[in-house]
Amino acid sequence: MSKVRVLVGTKKGAFVLTSDGKRKNWDVSGPHFAGWEIYHVKGSPADPNRIYASQSSGWFGQIIQRSDDGGKTWTPPGSNPEDLKGPEGFPKGESNKFVYEGNVGTHMWYDGTQHPWEFKRIWHLEPSLTDPNTAFAGAEDAAIFKTTDGGKTWKELPGLRGAKGALWQPGAGGMAVHTILLDHKNPNRMFVAISAAGAFRTDDAGHTWKPINKGLKSPYQLPDPDAEVGHCVHRIAMHPSRPDVLFMQKHWDVMRSDNAGDLWTDIGESLPTDFGFPIDVHAHEPNTIYIVPIKSDSEHYPLDGKLRVFRSRTGGNEWEPLTKGLPQKDCYVNILRDAMCVDSLEPCGIYFGTTGGQVYGSADGGDTWEPIVRDLPPVYSVEVQSLK
Amino acid sequence: MMRVLLPFHLRKLAQIEAEGIDLDVAAPATIASVLDALEAKYPVLRGTVRDHGTLKRRPFIRFFACKEDLSLGPSTTLLPEAVVKGDEPFMIIGAMAGG
Repeated sequence: MSKVRVLVGTKKGAFVLTSDGKRKNWDVSGPHFAGWEIYHVKGSPADPNRIYASQSSGWFGQIIQRSDDGGKTWTPPGSNPEDLKGPEGFPKGESNKFVYEGNVGTHMWYDGTQHPWEFKRIWHLEPSLTDPNTAFAGAEDAAIFKTTDGGKTWKELPGLRGAKGALWQPGAGGMAVHTILLDHKNPNRMFVAISAAGAFRTDDAGHTWKPINKGLKSPYQLPDPDAEVGHCVHRIAMHPSRPDVLFMQKHWDVMRSDNAGDLWTDIGESLPTDFGFPIDVHAHEPNTIYIVPIKSDSEHYPLDGKLRVFRSRTGGNEWEPLTKGLPQKDCYVNILRDAMCVDSLEPCGIYFGTTGGQVYGSADGGDTWEPIVRDLPPVYSVEVQSLK
Repeated sequence: MMRVLLPFHLRKLAQIEAEGIDLDVAAPATIASVLDALEAKYPVLRGTVRDHGTLKRRPFIRFFACKEDLSLGPSTTLLPEAVVKGDEPFMIIGAMAGG
């Protein structure tokens, strides 16, 4: 019997939602790490019981947590489970050490001067496709880190900041690596997206990176609207079977590339608004994509108070609103970039969380929706594991 | 033996049941030496009170001893005798941060 496990990161803790393959009845556990901001929780494709969580706080900084039993129990990596037993037991992990490599360097500040890189938090965790002990972490200020020991220690891949990092500039939400995509066919290729620097690709396992922003346009946002770096990319997505085809939700514009990011074209012109954050691809239909547009960069909520997911079955350009089961009046939530995902069951399930604390699910590819939970803290991220 | 009080979230992270812990701190006892001893006993707390690299106090952490705010002093600040003897605690506090 198949089942799904939805991992939800919120402003005040993490929650684990589980259901069988019908995806009708749900069990909710949590809050885990109550009171802490949980930017992202994601399971290992190589071992579904291995889950990583990014736990942070404006007071106490960054902690990485790990579960080896599917989210039932958690420890900072590096803790020997034996240490957790008995009156003298306490965690020994040192998993929260993220230090930039070498000369820290500088990036562009808001006033045009250069400003030193300062680590703030981990926005996104991307476990390896093949090794449960290997994972990548996307940081604010923008950088990518890698662990090969299950999260106990992290080492920066500094080549990313070498891709014109001195020209990167934070947006209002900071400057973070928020998207990491692993190529399922080429283990040396990865993609990242950074607000507000753009999209980048490595073809040598993270040693060197190059900007892949040709075709993106940011008029009135950048001095040069066609600049090589500086675009505010909100999210990119791919289908595992077709890693050269990328879809992007940009600050404004929904974009597509058919050559691994070498050139992007606009596929969102027919949308009522093409501003938004998340974008994802159907698990079984590589040309079916989902977005949740919101009104504008100034008004981060759905157009006309109607929460609508838009689906394209043609890889863009032609879009249909999906509304059945979603509030169609007085809805003023936002859906953040890491807060939408798809499962791999049949039919494909789609999930997204809102800043109003709802997590919605569709067990039929988006045709109909139901709230799984309604009153969580603001949702930062939603990931799903399809389990056998 | 010095007594160190920790905020709720750090106690929970380090799985400390009591409100405070007892620490052996080498003389002369300073803010830095207390934090050294704390992090040696509870490595999971490294980076949560002071920055990993610079060892600077995190912005929303405050240090109090004998009702005195020591947060803005240098890390080499000597702690009061009552704290060194364990009669008064060294307090690590999550600061008010608006909201």
